[in-house]
Amino acid sequence: MKNSPSHSYWKSNVRILVALLAVWFVASFGFGILWSDALDEIKIGGFKLGFWFAQQGSIYIFVLLIFIYVLLMNRLDKKYRKDTSAESEEQ
Amino acid sequence: MSTQELTYIFVGLSFALYIGIAIWSRAKSTSDFYVAGKGVHPVANGMATAADWMSAASFISMAGLIAFMGKDGSVYLMGWTGGYVLLALLLAPYLRKFGQFTVPDFIGTRYYSKAARLVAVVCLIFVSFTYVAGQMRGVGIVFSRFLEVDINVGVIIGMAIVFFYAVLGGMKGITYTQVAQYCVLIFAYLVPAIFISILMTGNPVPQLGFGDTLVDSSTYLLDKLDKVTTELGFLAYTENSKSTIDIFCITAALMFGTAGLPHVIVRFFTVPSVRDARKSAGYALIFIALLYTTAPAVGAFARMNFIDSIQDQEYSSAPAWFKNWEGIGLIAWNDKNSDGIIHYSAGNAFENTRPQFIDAEGDFGQRLTNNPSDEANQNEIYIDKDIMVLANPEIAKLPGWVIALVAAGGLAAALSTAAGLLLVISSSISHDLLKKTFKPNISEKQELFYARCAAAVAIIIAGLFGIYPPGFVAQVVAFAFGLAAATIFPALLLGIFSKSMNKEGAIAGMVTGLIFTASYIIYYKFMNPAFDSSPYWIMGISPEGIGFIGMLINFSVAALAATFFSKPPQEVSEMVERIREP
Repeated sequence: MKNSPSHSYWKSNVRILVALLAVWFVASFGFGILWSDALDEIKIGGFKLGFWFAQQGSIYIFVLLIFIYVLLMNRLDKKYRKDTSAESEEQ
Repeated sequence: MSTQELTYIFVGLSFALYIGIAIWSRAKSTSDFYVAGKGVHPVANGMATAADWMSAASFISMAGLIAFMGKDGSVYLMGWTGGYVLLALLLAPYLRKFGQFTVPDFIGTRYYSKAARLVAVVCLIFVSFTYVAGQMRGVGIVFSRFLEVDINVGVIIGMAIVFFYAVLGGMKGITYTQVAQYCVLIFAYLVPAIFISILMTGNPVPQLGFGDTLVDSSTYLLDKLDKVTTELGFLAYTENSKSTIDIFCITAALMFGTAGLPHVIVRFFTVPSVRDARKSAGYALIFIALLYTTAPAVGAFARMNFIDSIQDQEYSSAPAWFKNWEGIGLIAWNDKNSDGIIHYSAGNAFENTRPQFIDAEGDFGQRLTNNPSDEANQNEIYIDKDIMVLANPEIAKLPGWVIALVAAGGLAAALSTAAGLLLVISSSISHDLLKKTFKPNISEKQELFYARCAAAVAIIIAGLFGIYPPGFVAQVVAFAFGLAAATIFPALLLGIFSKSMNKEGAIAGMVTGLIFTASYIIYYKFMNPAFDSSPYWIMGISPEGIGFIGMLINFSVAALAATFFSKPPQEVSEMVERIREP
């Protein structure tokens, strides 16, 4: 069970989740809330950066994250299907 | 043509479209009725999810809230979009793989317990009705202001339309109607926003426009807004007034609550495969983000325009929209110094925040109230934040057809969300309560019949909420998200990611999360509203944000309780194995 394709699939899946959720946390709770006032010192055009992250930037990053997830998971699914069919051929 | 005639035409056309779609997509089986036969394309499902999600609150109220809250309004923007990341990554693909009809289905099967299913049904019905009540108020506001019919007649028309396509078409009818409703509502939201952005900043993209300079000036719009709001005694527009911990908790409660809302989760049961479930969450968020990134721009424009167009105006020459909204009681003017000039600044115009109008006019023809005047400040204006989006095109003097479009969009937003919620309520009654708990022997045909009856009853109850609006709608919104975050979300997450979580742990977690969150909110919102301010809150966390703490408590109690009882049976861990595979 330990080295089965489904076990390693699940482990890679969890690794992807942790990495993407770390970005999710930093973009919203980090830039938009905890360090927002510090980022407000920087101005881009008419936006203070912390304000921009809180009302715009975090949302764009959320959308990107989901599509990166779709991409990574589709790739992982393909690899998993290859592994499982290879295993059934061995038997 | 007058604005009102245009409004009738736009609203009439959109209603005809919804009914047409309903007839075309009638439900023939329980699978059609509950999950649209699991055959919805991910892009269509994304649009339907977006329409389902963006309620009257998102369309009508949110930009207005942001206009008056400034940077604090970010909690809604991040909270109501960030939850989709959690949903896409942590829940949607696995629940789709599980492949049943409802959220209590998953909880009941995963925790091999009818009690767990019942707890989930109770949370679900409570959360959903809370929400529906808000939608019906939205329908009432639009009808009474733009079509000048009685609010009750408006609510009954709205009920009849929803009844028609929800009862006939079930999830299938609702899904395809929602695709149309999304198109109507997003068009109605963007058109005035683009117009106003061009008028104020010359930039046609509102998302960029509110960070741009004002037309004929080198001052940035947000800088001007900061300056004006500070001068009037408010906090600068781009500063937070809430404490960091409170903002953190409110945002978290809204995010985890979003991911735990049953009417959103169930959308991912309708697509053909796990891959489509992931993708459709992405499309849903794009469609949602289109409105949610526009809303803060609309908020900033609206605040600026509002101040510009009424500040220090004589009441006798106040713009028409001001008097129209005063007419239906959502704006009030308390001429404190009797000079006939409107003065707007920080503070309340009178005590007891809502105006109690009396049947009399003041010296300048304004409607009088019997509220005691609040003499601690100079502000003379009461304005209901809900009207900003609807009034915004009028304030910016846009043409009549734009105003008509906004009315149709507001109705689309309210009706689409109401329909989605009613379906979740009816399926949890016919499927989870009857079929899976009390009357397991009914046939599919009978189940479908009960589902339709439950939908009909739910619509009537929702309509009654609209006609006799309970005074507590605003207060219970905190409830809906807090409870979803503190009960449903942890139960689902643990069910997927922890193989050793057993029914005792899950139920203990849900019940403590529910009791803790509910008692905190009930204490501050209903029993002791006088103490509902930051010095009295535990660690400075408002009732809106307490769901996040409830969620943490749920996780800890569940983990602790689970260690005292036996592991879940073999077939349950096999089921968990199965949903983890693609």
